[in-house]
Amino acid sequence: MCNDGGHGMITLTINGKQHQVDAPDDTPLLWVLREWIGMTGTKFGCGVAQCGACSVHVDGEVQRSCQIHVGDVGSAKITTIEGLSPDGSHPVQRAWLEHDVPQCGYCQSGQIMAAAALLAQKPRPSDADIDEAMTNICRCGTYNRVRAAIHTAADLAGKV
Amino acid sequence: MTASIGLGRRFFLASTAAGAFSLGWKIPAAQAATGAEVGIWAEIHADDTVIVRIARSEMGQGTLTGLAQLVADELDADWSKVRAEYVAPEVNNARKRVWGDMSTGGSRGIRASVDYVRAGGAAARAMLIQAAAQKWNVAAAECSASDSVVTHSLSGRRLRYGELAEAAAKLPVPEKPVLKTPAQWKIIGKGVKRLDTAEKLTGAQKYAIDVILPGMLNAAIAQSPVFGGKLVSFDAAKVAGMPGVRHVLAVDDNAVAVVADKWWQAKTALEALPVTWDEAGNGKLSSAEIARHLAGGLDAAEAGLGQKQGDLAAGLKAAAKTVTATYGTPFLAHATMEPMNCTAQFADGKVEIWVASQNGDASLAAAAEAGGVKLGDVKVNKLHLGGGFGRRGQQDYTRQAVLIAKQVPGRPIKLIWSREEDMQHDFFRPITQAKMTAGLDKDGNVTALHARLSGQSIVAYLSPSRLVNGVDPVAFQGWAADEFGYMAIPNLLIDHAMRNTNVPVGFWRGVNANQNTIYMECFIDELAHAAGRDPLAFRQALMAKNPKHLAVLNAVAEKAGWGKPLPAGVFRGIAQNYAYGSYVAAVAEVSVSAKGAVQVHRIVAATDPGYVVNPQQVAAQIEGSFAYGLSALFYGENTVENGRMVEGNFDSYQILRMAEMPKVESVIVPSGGFWGGVGEPTIAVAPPAVLNAIFAATGKRVRQMPLKNQGFFPA
Repeated sequence: MCNDGGHGMITLTINGKQHQVDAPDDTPLLWVLREWIGMTGTKFGCGVAQCGACSVHVDGEVQRSCQIHVGDVGSAKITTIEGLSPDGSHPVQRAWLEHDVPQCGYCQSGQIMAAAALLAQKPRPSDADIDEAMTNICRCGTYNRVRAAIHTAADLAGKV
Repeated sequence: MTASIGLGRRFFLASTAAGAFSLGWKIPAAQAATGAEVGIWAEIHADDTVIVRIARSEMGQGTLTGLAQLVADELDADWSKVRAEYVAPEVNNARKRVWGDMSTGGSRGIRASVDYVRAGGAAARAMLIQAAAQKWNVAAAECSASDSVVTHSLSGRRLRYGELAEAAAKLPVPEKPVLKTPAQWKIIGKGVKRLDTAEKLTGAQKYAIDVILPGMLNAAIAQSPVFGGKLVSFDAAKVAGMPGVRHVLAVDDNAVAVVADKWWQAKTALEALPVTWDEAGNGKLSSAEIARHLAGGLDAAEAGLGQKQGDLAAGLKAAAKTVTATYGTPFLAHATMEPMNCTAQFADGKVEIWVASQNGDASLAAAAEAGGVKLGDVKVNKLHLGGGFGRRGQQDYTRQAVLIAKQVPGRPIKLIWSREEDMQHDFFRPITQAKMTAGLDKDGNVTALHARLSGQSIVAYLSPSRLVNGVDPVAFQGWAADEFGYMAIPNLLIDHAMRNTNVPVGFWRGVNANQNTIYMECFIDELAHAAGRDPLAFRQALMAKNPKHLAVLNAVAEKAGWGKPLPAGVFRGIAQNYAYGSYVAAVAEVSVSAKGAVQVHRIVAATDPGYVVNPQQVAAQIEGSFAYGLSALFYGENTVENGRMVEGNFDSYQILRMAEMPKVESVIVPSGGFWGGVGEPTIAVAPPAVLNAIFAATGKRVRQMPLKNQGFFPA
């Protein structure tokens, strides 16, 4: 029945839930998320780790899911945009709302995941930290609002 | 009364317990409650929710929110209860196109719709007041509306819009409702938050590429890499046994697609598929050859006329000094973040598509034509665009999706282009060059100016019927007599030697105004330098006949502190332009290292769009215009070798990133009396402001874009 050519079921831990997928080991995590599991918040932009639209957290670190083979994920905990918070209340999401950051919005899942990972590492990032960490491409040009929102998110997180 | 005519559905995509969006487009019962259609632009529910219909497309530019503001203000609606919903193209057709034009480009979303959507809001308001007056048995003139409530001033009685909507909907729609004066606006002109943000923060926003339907298959496509090439053959048997593969199909005469269970499987099989192409004699075209082709136009005897005044030859003859410079700009891909894609289903002689489109009407027409069905047998589901910038006005990807679906009837097919297909099969910004010639008298006044364009024509490629006596009027964008800011130049000639290639070209955010403004504003800077004058003062002297241009130029100069001291090593550049109905100007502050690292410290950008609908969204468009314009200035170039595009992804077609993005200060100076666009005009002044600052810093004139080829790079 199944002609996926899989190497047996792979168990993934995504947003705290276990998922069984029947995909070949070398399938990019991005496409497993989008097509095998049906979680489409993580976006395809380039497929070559340039744009960052596919950014997810792997054990808390931001990574480009188009470059991760699903067979290499093992027991690592994956967090996607859908699992960043149960209700859009993560400080980054609240700050994004406050600054009305998104334009088309397509890159914003990746921008938000990159920003959340940065803040987890550096609760008070400098502009230089932001420059270094935020390498995601935005064609609409929301960069200045992304920067302002990261500073606001740091404030919001500090108040909790 | 009808409701949910459009795609409010997109907000209600069902989710399974497993988190998979797989149940299609059902509206949960609780959400399906219908409101009353009061006029055509507003649907009002019992709980006072106002759903404003949107005919244009939202691609990030904020038009959905802006159009809703226009309707809601005239409607006197409670903004906190306003939502927006797309009108479906086939419903527009069935209703005799009451919602008007759906095409979304040329910064027209607001400015071309403003009159009739405001009238729609005002008509609905009058109907609600009339309904209340009838219930109370009083004169309508004794009633007023505010925040979705009608009040009878004499008795103090009040009725909510939600209580009145059903009765109001049955009243005739006033043909000429009274519009508010600008002083009466409450929502227009306010920097309210966008209506479409929350979904974009959680992954819940569904773009076309996210569509998942029952039984859906996925398609990957390879188009002839050589422009004008044809598909000869492919060996389907070689990939038939690969995981998930269902079909290998020819698409038109120039592409092949693999259809599989998953897109990743389709793409993997497509890469393994042996394909033979016929280059059709086009396999030798190169950027070098195209450059020679264009160079020939710079001095050609024949050229199409843009505008002229005075006597150019006499003006040049009278000059004490003549200045000449040749500029050029390359092909550019749009590179929307969401690659081209479309989902199509062909069943029982009918076509349904799910598409991100800048023109719902064109999508419908393309689907009907490709499916071989009547216009009335197409259903179009419009989704938000993951970027448009002019690319999604063309419907090649829609056509392909339908052609594939027709060969696999009964199943929805989602076609997704790889980034490489997207970048190499664009409708590129056309390549152009300009030879600029001017005369200066002994006092440094401009006696004559000739701008000779040479290059490819968008209109000739996309819609030759719009050529005027063989001349492309769009090529002169920003330079027509009613647009050009230096009409005080006594002797003027602007013309265009059309030099086309077989590279597809199209509308790229800002279109020809981008290129023309680089040519003109950098050359004016050259003239100021040759005349030994300050670049601002030199421009001001040429703008005696253009007070609105001058006012914006002065506004930007004042905010930027033009003439005031800067830190050591920092230099200013200035540029101005008129396009899409708005006057814009910018000042850039730049420093350049000995190695060519360009640091843009600060941008001040002014715009006069007449009236402003939402100042914080205007600011967002100005900021974004600099990101888009400076990406092009520093990096943007698509080159042709062996008849095909070389650059295929963001590694070779670099985009400006966070660390390179300058601080942008917006100065919005609405002078009133007209409605100008804001999505595009500012892009035109971004590169020349920076280029003129680079000259001030280094003494080097860059005349061929992009900067990466001239030894400059972002710091």
